[in-house]
Amino acid sequence: MKKSVPGRRGISYAKWGYIFILPFFVSFFVFSFFPLLDTIRYSFFEYYRSGLKQIGPNFVGMRNYLELLTTDLPKYAGNTFILWIIGFVPQIVVSLLLAQWFASARIKIHGKQFFKVVIYLPNLIMAAAFSMLFFTLFSDSGPINSFLVNHGITTEAVRFMATVGGTRGLVGLMNFLMWFGNTTIMLMAAIMGINPTLFEAAELDGCTNRQTFFKITLPLIRPILGYTLITSMIGGLQMFDVPQILTNGEGTPNRTSMTLIMYLNKHLASKNYGMAGALSVYLFIISAILCFLVYRMMNKET
Amino acid sequence: MKQEKHSKLGSVLMHALLIFLSFLCLFFFYILIVNATRTHIDLQKGFSFLPGTNFIQNLKNVLNDANVPILNGILNSLIVSSGCAILSTYFSAMTAYGLYVYDFKLKKPAFMFIMMILVMPTQVCALGFLRLITNMHLDDTLYPLIIPAIASPAVFYFMYSYMQSNLPKDLVEAARIDGSGEFRTFNQVVFPILKPAIAVQAIFSFVGAWNNYFVPALVITTKTRQTLPIMIASLRSADFLKFDMGKVYMLILIAIVPIIIVYLFLSRFIIEGVTLGGVKE
Amino acid sequence: MKKLMSLLLALLMLLGTCAMAEGGVLNIWCWNDEFQSRFNDYYPNVAEVAADKSTTTLTDGTIVKWTINPNQDNNYQNKLDEALMAQADAADDDKIDIFLMEADYALKYVDADVDVAMPLSELGITEEDLADQYQYTRDIVTDANGEQRGTSWQAAPGLFAYRRSIAKDVLGTDDPTEVQAALSDWTKFADVAAKAKEKGYYMVSGYDDTFRTFSNNVSAPWVTGTTLTVDPNIVAWIEQTKEFTEQGYNHKSSLWGDTWTTDQGADGKVFGFFYSTWGINFTLVGNAGEAGFGDWAVCEGPQPYYWGGTWLAAARGTDNPELVKDVMLQLTCNKDIMKEMTLNESIQDYTNTVSGMQEIAEDPDFGSAFLGGQNHIALFSTVAPTIDMSNVSAYDQGCNEKIQTSFHDYFDGNVDFDTAKANFEMAIKELFPEITDIVWP
Repeated sequence: MKKSVPGRRGISYAKWGYIFILPFFVSFFVFSFFPLLDTIRYSFFEYYRSGLKQIGPNFVGMRNYLELLTTDLPKYAGNTFILWIIGFVPQIVVSLLLAQWFASARIKIHGKQFFKVVIYLPNLIMAAAFSMLFFTLFSDSGPINSFLVNHGITTEAVRFMATVGGTRGLVGLMNFLMWFGNTTIMLMAAIMGINPTLFEAAELDGCTNRQTFFKITLPLIRPILGYTLITSMIGGLQMFDVPQILTNGEGTPNRTSMTLIMYLNKHLASKNYGMAGALSVYLFIISAILCFLVYRMMNKET
Repeated sequence: MKQEKHSKLGSVLMHALLIFLSFLCLFFFYILIVNATRTHIDLQKGFSFLPGTNFIQNLKNVLNDANVPILNGILNSLIVSSGCAILSTYFSAMTAYGLYVYDFKLKKPAFMFIMMILVMPTQVCALGFLRLITNMHLDDTLYPLIIPAIASPAVFYFMYSYMQSNLPKDLVEAARIDGSGEFRTFNQVVFPILKPAIAVQAIFSFVGAWNNYFVPALVITTKTRQTLPIMIASLRSADFLKFDMGKVYMLILIAIVPIIIVYLFLSRFIIEGVTLGGVKE
Repeated sequence: MKKLMSLLLALLMLLGTCAMAEGGVLNIWCWNDEFQSRFNDYYPNVAEVAADKSTTTLTDGTIVKWTINPNQDNNYQNKLDEALMAQADAADDDKIDIFLMEADYALKYVDADVDVAMPLSELGITEEDLADQYQYTRDIVTDANGEQRGTSWQAAPGLFAYRRSIAKDVLGTDDPTEVQAALSDWTKFADVAAKAKEKGYYMVSGYDDTFRTFSNNVSAPWVTGTTLTVDPNIVAWIEQTKEFTEQGYNHKSSLWGDTWTTDQGADGKVFGFFYSTWGINFTLVGNAGEAGFGDWAVCEGPQPYYWGGTWLAAARGTDNPELVKDVMLQLTCNKDIMKEMTLNESIQDYTNTVSGMQEIAEDPDFGSAFLGGQNHIALFSTVAPTIDMSNVSAYDQGCNEKIQTSFHDYFDGNVDFDTAKANFEMAIKELFPEITDIVWP
């Protein structure tokens, strides 16, 4: 990206930079930073509730951190990754395709407006309500199962929620349905932001749709694509409500759909501030490393 | 000629995929509406594709439940969600602009810092947050649900990325030469260019705030200040005598209507192809 | 200095007693409007209920303020805990006076060391006032020193509700006494299950149905000190459920799940359900629908148990002890008021009065159309006194939930017994960091 040189005419605009970013930082420091410091501080303490009795805070150094290493933490990290990828791959493919179709002036779609509006609708339903509907649809005696049995696809009801594949698949499907519209809209906004003269020029030069997409659209929306990848990855790392509600917070079967945040939530629910704090710090480090890598990758190639 | 045929088949496939996806998306609304028309006993019996006859009764039951002041709920949710949408988009755009356009010593560290906090899971500081607002005597008010939206790292990052793609710095320079002040440039020159991005993020923030249960449930106690998700949760924890899934689905349906209206309104900005003010020519 | 401090303290305490005059606001905390409607309908001194139900005005001008926090995500207990811990600093009119609790976590609040729920004796409620309550409802809210710190207007004894048509087909009779004779212990119960299976029926719907009958009859509390002991009776439940699953005696459903409710409907193939008072009068009636009327009956089943109920506690620090006492006496110790609740068609609570329930049990005209005219109160009143809940602990809710969810995987065949055990231990340590040992029989 070419760097222009604003403000080199003798006037320094630096103070404006500070002014523009001030509200953000003030709000962040007040509402997030102090609570965050609390979290980090408690990670070095034994500090929890037993019933209504408060235990601690007693300083224990790195004990919480070491104790977490002996748990199934890597397994939950693996679960989180699998659940994320199941939803993300179809999501990014479908979203890119749709965004390209919707934004292109050359592709004729009947009822384009309608499709554009409809794809985001599932995101409007609360995750809790959405899961309730999924439950009834996929229950042992639900319509999906009656369909499967009546058409001879299976001989008896498939107990989706009792199998690893079934549960993970449903979580992935729900995440996909809830978020592909969101991603499409973002990518669409990015593509529509591209100067239309570029497309006109490409058309004059006789580029095919495919060429235009790979040579013009994709490179130009790279920042937004990077944004999509990073935020989706963060969203994936923080995946919580869908598997939480679908498995009643237990990550069944055999904890194969227990995500990292669900695990964190278990410690928060038992008011174990020490362990929750240490786990948060771990999560923070993992996410930071991942995002740093992705961000580097995205920016290096330019 | 061959190309033509190929694209015809492609067009059919494309429409088929679009119709399939739309079907999936709309299907859930259909079931929701069907369920809102059925009685609790019907719902217990299992799934049905055909609507029941209890729509009016369910609606009455929800409206007459004095413990679920639904109009207050809608109003509170509207206040919180619009507040979040406005604050998060405006201030994030401002912050992104500050970091994108200006050069200053702390620019890089500030950017890195925001990227760091972007990855912070919200659950991490929820309990500290609650303690803080209790000390500030802001608990049981709507403020702590709205004001923190000023610092929305994800919205900031989107705005920043969008500016990278779509905001030429020459434009700012040109405005300066025309004698425009910094704030005026931002509000009157840059902001219009960001319209699609603002609309997109406003929708997302609005929806996110609208459906948030976790934080409002922690903060709000008084019935008349509750947002809709808390009310849905209280219907779901009703005792066995009053437990009525028909009513629960009806309330979920009612909770979705305003947000669909807001969505349809905002989505115009995206759909009508806001093909940018500034860079056009 | 020290002297000055103690003088100051004494002065403060004196001021405190002077200010003991009753406060004008009675704060009641609950998670739904069940108690609120009982209070508004049956507390004698109610003068007026606000249109939005947020307050109730009493005849003496006191305002009852209702704070209802939904239960989802443990929200009610979280908020209640914070409020109780801040109780000492709260202004009088903001102090919680009464809070409600469920059996599974009652001991958390009833604990003598924690002392957030006042002993009833301190309020001036006597042994005599409470004598007519079912013993088990008192045991659940009694602390380690034998002080009762809560009281309930309900008792929720459980029975086995069976389908008459299936009983006839399997046992050749639908008479409650004869069916009971065939199901009076778990060995017989399993024999009937085998017969039912042959005829194409399930004995129970799912994994959790029999759980309460086992967990209510344990020989020791879940937790003593920091040691959690899995009772042999819990292991018996695991073994029985695994066997029932492998033999096809159950329909592999989960409590409250879709399959579970449809199993109670007209086309259900399940012999019976373990249900308590409210479950039979409302949930089962609702699920069974019109077609179920006359096709159901109840018998005691293999073991006595209870399911459900709501208790009132007086919050330590209440500024209205007299009023709290009166509310408790009227709504949970007054036989006439409670009998009225039981006889009210739209409530039908099985109320916490031994003699009152006895009177209804002996009423020859009393019977349930749904149960083919059977007087279920009579059966409830024989079961209720035999329920023994002296082995409750503050950890029951967590332990009961975790053992069930951990072993669902085992019943489903996803994990072996040892993995399920390990998962249970892991879940317990996450939930209760203070537990150091877990002992299996």
